[in-house]
Amino acid sequence: MLQRFFRKYDKTDIAMWLIGAALAVIVVYGAVQTLSAGKYSGAVWRDFIVFGLAQGSVYALIALGYTLVYGILFMINFAHGEVFTGGVFTAYFVAIALSESGFSDEHWILSLLILLTVAVVVSMAIAVLLERIAYRPLRNAPRLVPLITAIGASFFLQYTYRSLYGSGVKTYPDITQLTGTWNFFGTKILKTQGVVIVSSVILMVGLYIYVQRTKAGKAMRAVAEDKEAAALMGIDVDRVIVNTFALGGALAGAAGILYAMLFKQVNAFMGFIPGIKAFTAAVLGGIGNVPGAMLGGLFLGIVESLGPSLVLDGLGIRSPYQLKDAIAFLMLVLVLIFRPTGILGERLSEKKA
Amino acid sequence: MKEESTFTLRNAVQFGLITGFIILYISLVGMVVAFNERYIIAETITLGQIVVFLPLLILGYFSANRAKDKQGIWGLLMSLLLGVVAGALIAALVYVGTHINLRTVFINAAPELFEVLSFGRQSMGSVALTLILGGGFLAVLGGTFTLLPSWLRRALVVALSSVVLIGILQELLSITFGSRDWFKPVNEFFFEQKGLSWTGSIVILVIAALWNISRHLSRTRSSGKKKNATSRNIRAVRIASWVVGGVLLMLVPRFLGSYPSEILTIVGIYIIMGMGLNIVVGFAGLLDLGYVAFFAIGAYTMGILTTVGKLATVEWSFWLALPVAVLLALLAGVILGIPVLKMRGDYLAIVTLGFGEIIRIVVLSDWLKPKIGGAQGILQIPKATIGGYEFKGPEQVYYLVLFGIILVSFVAWRLRDARLGRAWKAMREDEDVAEAMGINLVNTKLLAFATGAAFAGLSGALFAAKLGSIFPHSFNLIVSINVLSLIIVGGIGSLPGVVAGAFILVGMPELLREFADYRMLMYGALLVAMMLVKPEGFLPEATHVRELREEEEEIILEPTAAEAP
Repeated sequence: MLQRFFRKYDKTDIAMWLIGAALAVIVVYGAVQTLSAGKYSGAVWRDFIVFGLAQGSVYALIALGYTLVYGILFMINFAHGEVFTGGVFTAYFVAIALSESGFSDEHWILSLLILLTVAVVVSMAIAVLLERIAYRPLRNAPRLVPLITAIGASFFLQYTYRSLYGSGVKTYPDITQLTGTWNFFGTKILKTQGVVIVSSVILMVGLYIYVQRTKAGKAMRAVAEDKEAAALMGIDVDRVIVNTFALGGALAGAAGILYAMLFKQVNAFMGFIPGIKAFTAAVLGGIGNVPGAMLGGLFLGIVESLGPSLVLDGLGIRSPYQLKDAIAFLMLVLVLIFRPTGILGERLSEKKA
Repeated sequence: MKEESTFTLRNAVQFGLITGFIILYISLVGMVVAFNERYIIAETITLGQIVVFLPLLILGYFSANRAKDKQGIWGLLMSLLLGVVAGALIAALVYVGTHINLRTVFINAAPELFEVLSFGRQSMGSVALTLILGGGFLAVLGGTFTLLPSWLRRALVVALSSVVLIGILQELLSITFGSRDWFKPVNEFFFEQKGLSWTGSIVILVIAALWNISRHLSRTRSSGKKKNATSRNIRAVRIASWVVGGVLLMLVPRFLGSYPSEILTIVGIYIIMGMGLNIVVGFAGLLDLGYVAFFAIGAYTMGILTTVGKLATVEWSFWLALPVAVLLALLAGVILGIPVLKMRGDYLAIVTLGFGEIIRIVVLSDWLKPKIGGAQGILQIPKATIGGYEFKGPEQVYYLVLFGIILVSFVAWRLRDARLGRAWKAMREDEDVAEAMGINLVNTKLLAFATGAAFAGLSGALFAAKLGSIFPHSFNLIVSINVLSLIIVGGIGSLPGVVAGAFILVGMPELLREFADYRMLMYGALLVAMMLVKPEGFLPEATHVRELREEEEEIILEPTAAEAP
């Protein structure tokens, strides 16, 4: 009996189960402790969730960039977080100009759209250049080579921003029309968070339609399925890949503006952590899977927003909010270890080398 | 339209724009102004100007080379066009920059930058003329290199780079040898107040060129002879050179004094880490981005066990704590290794990165502050002593680090061709095949992680004992990236490569304070450039070259160190 058990599951599997079980116990224990202590009211929890949704939708938009690229090239575009930074950071200067001239107070929607355009265009340009210069020549190289390139590109871009724009933290100007709250079926929602959630939903739906319904989207899916066959069918694979990078970059740029609305602050290194988190989200939903990335992003956003107060507080850890990022990274590690195919399953798992 | 392989006018303009944008980039990033303080040749040329000239020379060379099939003069015309376009672009930047305040966006677009880029001209017209003509001239100069025979070209490149290198090292040389008697006349001969003297630079140029040419000649002449040497002779020479090298290494701090020893110890600490990561990444092919975690574990173990400050626990001596630090790091390597056993390639990289970040965040947080000091770190870590001898300054710690390097490289060297090393390499090439050949993947992987982690632990322990205090921000991701870059630049899997990489990537920026600001920028660019141009590194390991170059034809590479001078 025992022997058969051991034959079926090797030692590492058992070790992993034990780790998983221990973690589950800790999480449940912490949550129970917090809830029974009754430190936070229902309204606070709701705020946590709304905030989680808002930041989660930003993660989701970035995650789509990872997923789209991974779906086609099977490579982690490690520099995607910096594509995101490039857009917001550049748009910051436009935002300041608009706000100083008083334009953004009069036409806040228009000025937001201008910012969005700037960020999208810049991020897109960076993503396309990245592909052209750093990734295209390495398309048939051993797998570690493009990853190392991407890491190098990531650092290169981070320090480029720092050297070009300065190392200080810059604060986005407030939009006066978006301060305060909306009453939404009896619950109060911060206006900025509401705008962020709504606009990211619009973008995600748009992307889904683009990928599923348009010809370009179809070509993209075909290339993801099989590059050679797609080429034989008359699809220009290089062009589709550039398209994919551009699309991912555009979404990252948009995500950047939403991020700036939520957190207000930008700096040269801001993209790194959201980038890793968005990657986590992409893996969480099953990398290569578009709806998965969206779900993964929202899920991660909520976990990150609830986690510190729900679990860590209950465990008696001091200032749990400092460990917010650690929770996200822990999620990343756990997902990759226990369910690398993600929640929705990885469409391309059998090809993963 | 001409055929695809030829270099058209359009290509030349494209190259010119690329060159121009590279120079704009270098200027706006602030390198030009930052490097302008350092004269290479006194009163004549600064490092900042060289940084501007270099892209023109290199791309001028390339475009002429691409256009070479069309008679020599055509290529030079292409170079000229390129240089003119690039020069015009710089002129445009100067024009815009002097009329509009770019500084609100680009912090480095200061008046000093435009002063440097104007090359002493006053009116806009003459600035533009200088830049355009100068750009064309430099690009043509780069282009003429294509007309030279390759041995002469190589000799010239080496000679010019030696001049620049020695010019850069002026400060270091005078710090190191300033007090010696023999240094004074040498210094006066070669150097002015700032930068090389003209006579000095010409002498260096000639010597370096002659040396290179003579080496080239002797290589072509003796290529057939070498086989005659008996193996015993080779062995005797090798042993002798080991002995001489060892004695020299022991004497280094005596010769150099405190500041260079300090740099050498830092380089040494990175060499130890590099040797460890080289086992994980280079031998076993497991890309570990959280490597700094083990370094941190080593340093923190040393700190906690030996500190006599506020966080004092057991107050052990260095020698007692050292094995504990190494063992704990090793253990951590195994523990973190278990969950990632089934992971491959890029997922592994991301997970290890996650581990590294988790450890850093936890160390920084208030949670463990009573134990390990949070952001304030651990202070008052005593220095190592042996008998009555205290390893207090860099000149003493040097020996400690040297001992560590010797130990670690010996282990790595013996492991490389041992059964375990071959198992690692087999696993790197193909996990499934390796498993089918009877290699126990679990043990082999865990041993790789454990060995690498132990090396990092040793390095961390030495680091703690060297500094006397440790802070969590010494252990961020950048350390992992530094170590990764150095083994990649040196050549993945190659032991001499680790040493060379550490000297280039860690030693150089420590020497040159202007470089410090651009260090990560250059590392990033270097990683990309290496992967694109020379993925096997500068001192490659034989099997790895074959692996990487399997399907490519041999490409003859030109000596380009990208934008970094």
